Amino acid sequence: MNLFYIARKNLSAKPLQTTLSIILLAFGIGMSSLMILTEKQIQDQFDRNLKDIDLVLGAKGSGLQSILANVYHIDAPLGNISLDAANEILKNPHIESGIPLAYGDSYMSYRIVGTEHSYPEHYEVDIEEGRLWEDTYEVTIGKEVASDLGLKLGDTFFSSHGLLDKQDAIDDTLAIHKNAEFVVVGIFKASSSVIDQLILTRVESIWAIHGDYGDDPDKNREITAMLLKKRNNLAVLTLPNILRETNMQVALPAIEINRLNDRFSVGINAINAIAFLIVILSFASIFISVFESMQTRKYELALMRTMGGSSGSLYKLIILEGGLLSTMGAITGLVFSRICLLILSRAMQDKFKYSIDHMSLVMWDISETLNYICLKFKFLCGICDKINELRQFVNIEYYSPEVLIVFCAIFVGITASVIPAWGTLNRDISRTLSED
Amino acid sequence: MIASCDLTFKYHNSEQELVFPDFNCPNGGRFLILGDSGSGKTTMLHLMCGLLNARTGKVEINGVNLQSLGTKNLDHFRGKNIGVIFQKAHFVQSLTIKENLYLPSMLTKSAITSGELNVRSDELLVRLRLDHKANSLPRDLSMGEQQRASIARAIIHKPKVIFADEPTSALDDKSTEAVMSLLEEEAQLVGASLIIVTHDQRLKSRYSDRVELKSIAR
Repeated sequence: MNLFYIARKNLSAKPLQTTLSIILLAFGIGMSSLMILTEKQIQDQFDRNLKDIDLVLGAKGSGLQSILANVYHIDAPLGNISLDAANEILKNPHIESGIPLAYGDSYMSYRIVGTEHSYPEHYEVDIEEGRLWEDTYEVTIGKEVASDLGLKLGDTFFSSHGLLDKQDAIDDTLAIHKNAEFVVVGIFKASSSVIDQLILTRVESIWAIHGDYGDDPDKNREITAMLLKKRNNLAVLTLPNILRETNMQVALPAIEINRLNDRFSVGINAINAIAFLIVILSFASIFISVFESMQTRKYELALMRTMGGSSGSLYKLIILEGGLLSTMGAITGLVFSRICLLILSRAMQDKFKYSIDHMSLVMWDISETLNYICLKFKFLCGICDKINELRQFVNIEYYSPEVLIVFCAIFVGITASVIPAWGTLNRDISRTLSED
Repeated sequence: MIASCDLTFKYHNSEQELVFPDFNCPNGGRFLILGDSGSGKTTMLHLMCGLLNARTGKVEINGVNLQSLGTKNLDHFRGKNIGVIFQKAHFVQSLTIKENLYLPSMLTKSAITSGELNVRSDELLVRLRLDHKANSLPRDLSMGEQQRASIARAIIHKPKVIFADEPTSALDDKSTEAVMSLLEEEAQLVGASLIIVTHDQRLKSRYSDRVELKSIAR
């Protein structure tokens, strides 16, 4: 038997009070953690998919919709633009390169995008099986598409007109393009980028499926958008003027995403404030719970002093109780946030074909911290290396804000226990024993 | 041996100084401190346990002056050498009776092994007819059982001195005889001095070595 055992028994002796404190703390920490993780993961996804795309050339309309549709593939496209006109923009001296995108069809809710090999190269996605598309109707599919639909090399499918969801694609047989079959010639490795969710083919495949290919070589071909990389900042200033009299526009992803973040920030801040309030309430609950138990336990603690317990060891006992309570709350909170993230991930996957890595623990590059410790305290290098090896072995990353919340919760939980214990433990033992 | 000499004490909120009579009790001896309610018996007991600091004078247990020990050493000394039985039996409510018996050894980080402690607590519980309650929580014991359990806890670590505060105040003659016999027997078994602090005049005839606290306020 030791102090930890007594602390554990003391907590389990008041199951209702203990459970309430844990639930409150778990809820507060869980919400904070969920907000941090969701924000971080969505931001990471956005950043990953934005990857050096400076401008998006597309049909006139909402800039934000253009970005969401053409970069992230979570919105409907605004319309088509002329390929020739887009190629003219590519010749602009302020533009370095461009990647054409032509889409409008899908298979089982996954978008079929006509593009060039430079598109997957831009995202640095490797091939897992097979090869990149070459001929018309050949497709190379994202890992998520392959896993979800069970597609393998050599499999064929008919595309559906429009961006239908899975059920509509099954029900609406009229929307199916039965004039040509796509054949899977390659599967990309998982990259956590938008490529995972796409079916890529030649632009000509998109034209051909709509009967636009080969009839008239002079016909003005259309694409949906072109992702541009600028050579210099003058591109941002000059292109809007150049495009003023056309049906095209350029949208700046960085500005549009900032605008989107601004719109969400009010809601996110409100949720964060509620989570903070719940965390404060849970600490108040721990404080009240310990304070009340101190009134009934003061004789117990005095008794332990008469049996040789120093006030230091009794403080340790109280700290252990507060620490255990807040650690359990923090762990439950983290589990709770992961469960919510799993549900959110499923919902995002269904709705937007975007996944969140719900299994990732907290993401904080511990290596940086360990390297810093190594630099400062050379004798600890061996230990740091071991931790780093272990971290790489279990592939767990950490993210400082979440770790900070957990440590703060444990610290405040302990403090909330020690404050009411302070008065009791500093009391005259003799007086406490005589009062009874 | 336990001895007190020139012991005085004053409470913060009181003008009166309490002056306690000197006394000596040899190792393994028995001593009675008798006094009416409010006569300062419990104060004297707390002074002798080191729970209160005397204004003047000293308390020595086996040659160690309690006043010379720092708080931590005093806590440790008390845990090792003194066993206290309070008027009302109190326990750590979340622990079983057997676990409550482990407390003195755990708190003083005694060198006794868990195996030895287990054997000793089992023996003690059998002797005090509490073996069937070893794994019960304190609240599940009757008053009599609780009193016997508090005796067990006071002697499990084989202290040099056992203090008992009003052990018989609420008991009839038969129960008084049973509790006192048990206390004396157990104190003798562990070779401890037994100091009884009480207002119960029935115990007067039982102890020739005694002091009576009368008009100690000055």
